[in-house]
Amino acid sequence: MKNIKTIAKPTLKKVAGKGCGECQTSCQSACKTSCTVANQECENTKRR
Amino acid sequence: MIHKYQYRDQYIVMDINSGAVHVVTDIIFDMLDHYKEKSVKEILELFQFKYEKNQILEAAEEIQYLIDNGMLFTDDSQITKGMLEGREAMIKAMCLHVAHDCNMTCKYCFGGQGAFDGQRSLLSLETGKKAIDFLLEHSGSRRNLEIDFFGGEPLMNFNVVKELVVYGREAEKPLGKNIRFTITTNGLLLDDSKADFINAKMDNVILSIDGRPEVNDNMRQTVNGRGTYDIIMEKYLSFVKKRKGAYYVRGTFTRENLDFSEDVRHLAEIGFKNISIEPVVTDPLRSYALQDEDKETIFKEYDKLTDIYLEYANKGEKFEFFHFNIDLNQGPCVVKRVSGCGAGTEYVAVSPEGDIYPCHQFVGNVAFKLGNINDVHFENRLYDEFNRAHIYNKEKCRDCWAKFYCSGGCHANAFHMNHDIRQPYELGCELEKKRIECAIAIKAIMSTDQ
Repeated sequence: MKNIKTIAKPTLKKVAGKGCGECQTSCQSACKTSCTVANQECENTKRR
Repeated sequence: MIHKYQYRDQYIVMDINSGAVHVVTDIIFDMLDHYKEKSVKEILELFQFKYEKNQILEAAEEIQYLIDNGMLFTDDSQITKGMLEGREAMIKAMCLHVAHDCNMTCKYCFGGQGAFDGQRSLLSLETGKKAIDFLLEHSGSRRNLEIDFFGGEPLMNFNVVKELVVYGREAEKPLGKNIRFTITTNGLLLDDSKADFINAKMDNVILSIDGRPEVNDNMRQTVNGRGTYDIIMEKYLSFVKKRKGAYYVRGTFTRENLDFSEDVRHLAEIGFKNISIEPVVTDPLRSYALQDEDKETIFKEYDKLTDIYLEYANKGEKFEFFHFNIDLNQGPCVVKRVSGCGAGTEYVAVSPEGDIYPCHQFVGNVAFKLGNINDVHFENRLYDEFNRAHIYNKEKCRDCWAKFYCSGGCHANAFHMNHDIRQPYELGCELEKKRIECAIAIKAIMSTDQ
């Protein structure tokens, strides 16, 4: 396409049931006061 | 729902419900304001003096391609109530307060200089072991568990920390669990022996420092009122030099250093590769509290930080800034993005007395005490309240474009500012949105440069 470069695919449409829950809790990494969840990594290899 | 914005010369379009992100030309950027409401014929008329006819027709085809392929103007039909609220109660992460005491008196401390509004106390080995047993017992089918040794200052009770790591490693084995240990320290008591243990045993380490010497020493002082920069910097540099695993240097910015991008630059210049500097959360009446009128200044500062981030990446000295980390290809699944940080459901904090709270920021508030690790039949009485405090039940989040990135924000901030975990802290939301825009702009700029 000439006018559009897609830099992120529609990953939120890949539904993973109720979620495997194996990923890191955001506040345990380097947060503690201001929540950002989207910067965590998914650890579900089946979703890849 | 889409969110579009211009960052420098980049035109960025985010399709919120699918997570797709596009970098587009100015034609597409303009046309998207009208594409859903107007016909192509009407759009041609609207932009007849700005763009050529064939340009508009070509752009319209490309927009339609994205729509037909589920990458633009998508709905959120993949998300169901059962997916969010029908989850089994399991605890997988614990903030373990090993010391309600501190050897610093940081002015902005949300933990009341370590004591969390209670008595100064240290976690006993016995209570610590029970806390680990509690986590293992309530973790259901979760394999990966987390314990963050927190305080106050956990190095004041380091022998217990060491014993608990050994205990946890043994206790996890028969259950097939994997506990990830993290420690958050102010660094004053860090020495070679503790550093060696932490390096060998901890999956992640958070080293607290605010940045430039004068900024750090303004807020982070010893009990005698002395600045701490000179003491901790030397220790951190020596520690990080040997560190093979994950770490972050983490600080706080306040109204007294709104030029905080210079603090990040300072830490990057010294050589730290993983940096987190977060906005202070405190009583708005404090002189150093961030105010609504600071918003524009802070926005500009995040723009400056974006430039610094790119400058370092371009010269081959890339560092990570925690709130600019974003994995556009494989971030958290939609369930995690809707449900948020997990406080009060899968994440709890435990005080030195064994009292359980929804997270570290609620410790000491008896209204939020969930029980004690000695309770034979523990039942999280606030589980439903926290489990239902997701973005679809928060009025301000439901129609917000950032909802799948911040996941509704921090429950504790919401409660402390608005006395309601479903009423997000508005200034926090604004800053979060700005950080997300910067983070995605960085991806867009880097993808254009490639």
